[in-house]
Amino acid sequence: MTTITTHQAQPSAPIPGSGADLVLSGISKHFADFTAVEEMDLTIPSGTFIALLGPSGCGKTTTLRMIAGLEAPTAGTISIGGDDVTKLPSHKRPVNTVFQSYALFPHLSIIDNVAFGLKQKKVRDAMAQAKAGLEMVELAHLANRKPAQLSGGQQQRVALARALVNRPRVLLLDEPLGALDMKLRRQMQVELKKIQMEVGLTFIHVTHDQEEAMTMADVVAVMNQGRIEQMGNPRELYELPRTAFVANFLGKSNLMPGTVVADAGDSVVVDVAGQRMELPKSRAVKTEGQIVLGVRPEKMRIAEVHMQGFEHAGNQLLGTVLDASFTGVSTEYLVEVPGIGTVGTFTQNLGQDPAKPGDEVRMSWEPEYTFGLDREDDLSAGVDAS
Amino acid sequence: MSVSLDKPRGPAPKKPRDLRSAEEIKVEKKKGRMGLYLILPGMAYMALFFAAPVVVLLSMSLFVKPEGAEIGEFVPGWNWAAYGDMLGHYWPVLVRSFVFALIATIAALIIAFPMAYLVAVRLRGKPLLKGVLLVLLVAPFFSSFILRTQAWKQILADEGFIAQTLKAVAILPQDASLTATPFAVICGLTYNFLPFMMLPIYASLERLDVRLLEAAGDLYASPVRTFAKVTLPQAMPGVFAGTLLTFIPAAGDYVNAAILGNNRDTSMIGQVIDSRFFKVIDYPGAAALSVILMICILILVLIYIRRFGTKDLF
Amino acid sequence: MYKTKLGKWFIPVVGGLAFVYLLVPIAYIFVISFNDGGKSNLQWKSFTWNNWANPCGAPGACESLGSSLSVGAIATLIATVLGTAVAIGLVRYRFRFRATADLLIILPLATPEVVLGASLLAQFLNLGWDLGYWTVIIAHVMFCMSFVIVTVRARVSGLDGRLEEAAADLYAGPMQRFWKITFPMLLPGIVAAALLSFAMSFDDFIITNFNSGTFSTFPKFVYVSAARGIPAQANVIGSAMFILALLIVIITQVFAYRRRKALAAQ
Repeated sequence: MTTITTHQAQPSAPIPGSGADLVLSGISKHFADFTAVEEMDLTIPSGTFIALLGPSGCGKTTTLRMIAGLEAPTAGTISIGGDDVTKLPSHKRPVNTVFQSYALFPHLSIIDNVAFGLKQKKVRDAMAQAKAGLEMVELAHLANRKPAQLSGGQQQRVALARALVNRPRVLLLDEPLGALDMKLRRQMQVELKKIQMEVGLTFIHVTHDQEEAMTMADVVAVMNQGRIEQMGNPRELYELPRTAFVANFLGKSNLMPGTVVADAGDSVVVDVAGQRMELPKSRAVKTEGQIVLGVRPEKMRIAEVHMQGFEHAGNQLLGTVLDASFTGVSTEYLVEVPGIGTVGTFTQNLGQDPAKPGDEVRMSWEPEYTFGLDREDDLSAGVDAS
Repeated sequence: MSVSLDKPRGPAPKKPRDLRSAEEIKVEKKKGRMGLYLILPGMAYMALFFAAPVVVLLSMSLFVKPEGAEIGEFVPGWNWAAYGDMLGHYWPVLVRSFVFALIATIAALIIAFPMAYLVAVRLRGKPLLKGVLLVLLVAPFFSSFILRTQAWKQILADEGFIAQTLKAVAILPQDASLTATPFAVICGLTYNFLPFMMLPIYASLERLDVRLLEAAGDLYASPVRTFAKVTLPQAMPGVFAGTLLTFIPAAGDYVNAAILGNNRDTSMIGQVIDSRFFKVIDYPGAAALSVILMICILILVLIYIRRFGTKDLF
Repeated sequence: MYKTKLGKWFIPVVGGLAFVYLLVPIAYIFVISFNDGGKSNLQWKSFTWNNWANPCGAPGACESLGSSLSVGAIATLIATVLGTAVAIGLVRYRFRFRATADLLIILPLATPEVVLGASLLAQFLNLGWDLGYWTVIIAHVMFCMSFVIVTVRARVSGLDGRLEEAAADLYAGPMQRFWKITFPMLLPGIVAAALLSFAMSFDDFIITNFNSGTFSTFPKFVYVSAARGIPAQANVIGSAMFILALLIVIITQVFAYRRRKALAAQ
């Protein structure tokens, strides 16, 4: 997880006139037999690239469809740039969507697909603008083909051009890269981000791929069971998850139940299966009673138990290596810790070979990497949801 | 709707209370009403000119002929006698109709399957030839079913080329005929309903994934096994629809029997219904026979659907 | 492609023979249409162009053809419009009475033509309507509509509903969505249904025979004249209609094929 450094800054300043604040207030969506979105409040400043991240069924697509006007909310209001659009049908909203399936019109040529929205809006030079849109995605030479004659990646770019040429105030992307292979996906992620920076529109990107969300978005909103669990810039979310779901869904976490036993000023002391750990108060959701202590695997160091020079680190766990798998760049360890269970960690390949299965090891990490969660959370929430 | 992709994983709510707001339910109902407007004209038509006529037919089968009435004059009543009379007289004809239809259906299936396979599987990637063959299948409709049946009569006639050749090589006895026989009627039925058998099978085989056949071959399945385990199951919906679309009209047909048959052992139930209506002017009898035919077919079809059927037949 | 030694020749030969079998009577009709065989036209006598030069020579032949074409066109038009609406309504909307509607569509397909013909006749007698042109059209619309609904419905269910959502997202209102997206996508299915419908109507004898009174269609003309010998002109008309249908479809197919190729080559 070292590639997240590029877009961690604050949302870029809105470019005047090119986007609009999108405000969802108290939005709910109930279907006959289940609730898709529950009382959601969300304000997206103009020009932001926001990712709605979550497992399938978390309500992210429904949220997107409500913004597009393809689904009416059961309660709440949606406004774009101050105008209430809640009651506006889809075709009257200044919003365009890039669909997961691309949804290109198979009976129309590529250029007619791209010009469709412009013609509906009765734009004068629709064809010229469509042509320019195709040039932007470098597909002008395929203008007269039919969608079926294009590859998946090309269709995806046509879908993007078809939405972008209308200069919507908000562009919605519904897992637009889901159907592409890994390599193309990476390439399109970079391209999409570049285009967003150029046009300065508000992009709302729905995805279940955490890496994609973190690479591209200024702001990531993690959704679970119809609610936003946590929202923030990617690094903040990763380093300081506030719920077990976020901790597990966004990367991996070691979560250990414990009890606060003492107050030490800026931090508290937590008893985890007989081990005393330090937890900064600023990194804890809860600072007394029953809590859950968390730490990211890559923040831990691992060493054979009698090895000198590691005792000083703040928080420690002792255990027995169950499994060590060498992956080239790193070695991943599963360590059995009495009273806690299995803890995962890994070491960068610096040439050393710290431990083998069966070895007694010590794992240590700086207290400032520790985070504290509520004991009420389901510790396995989001573990294999992605 | 793509909503179904987004179903929550959590446990389903215990009681199926409708979670939508009153307004949403109203919108949904309004949408449903729009659908009703779309189907209403067509359905009203079907009610008026299919369902109502069947009811009229039923009631007509119970009409009575008053004392001293003129020919064709009947009054409404509850006279069930026509059913007994007709069944008593014509049950052999009814049975024969079904036997002929059954043999013709099996024969059509045997002929249509290779045709459908040829066009749907072998000619993949040759759209032009495939298109031509498909057109050849439907184009005969335009030369008229009666004319083609009449043509068969003349092709198979005693003085015709085929009958003469068969007699010359002694396959056919000198005093026998090809026309005016049960054989000729069954041939005509097979011929006339062949497209109805072939097209559904073709539609099913069209979707057959050729890679499955290759995979089966790779796994050392014999051609026969491959056919039985891969091709046939894929073709089943088509075979099912095709057999019904052949058997039902064949059982009620009377043109083939009238043109290619004789007066002794080939008459079919359709001929009887026709003559009861137009020659004997026995409306209750004709109606009763129609009702009997319809009920028999519905029973046979229901048994067939129960035994082999899929729900999404048509 | 998958082949075995047996399958290699078996399928093409048997399938090919089946097509030959299908076309034998057509060939016969075509050949005999050049026969100078007098009234009965049963035996080959001598070659003549006369029948083709004068296809309306037999009394009633061309009138009946005209009736068949006109009945076919009107019945197809009505059945296609009503049937397409039903097909869209059934697939796209949920409402009560669906089961009843399904039954009303499927049952006519599962009812032999004699019964359909007889029950309609009973209805017309009951209503006291005179049999003729309009009763034949009413009957044809009824059995064609089931075929149209079944054919178009398959197409509607195959239609990706997301395309209409995409159109809505691109500022198209309900009417524009239907005419610019839904309708063009359904069109091949609707055309196929209309062609099938026309063919069925044109070729129908049994139901027509029950409901036409003295009004004559081409199949009825052939059937009635069969007693005295079918005039060679009927064979001319049958052959010509077959060839015409064949040509029209093949030419459109070749055009579509060329266009696809040209597009692919671009």
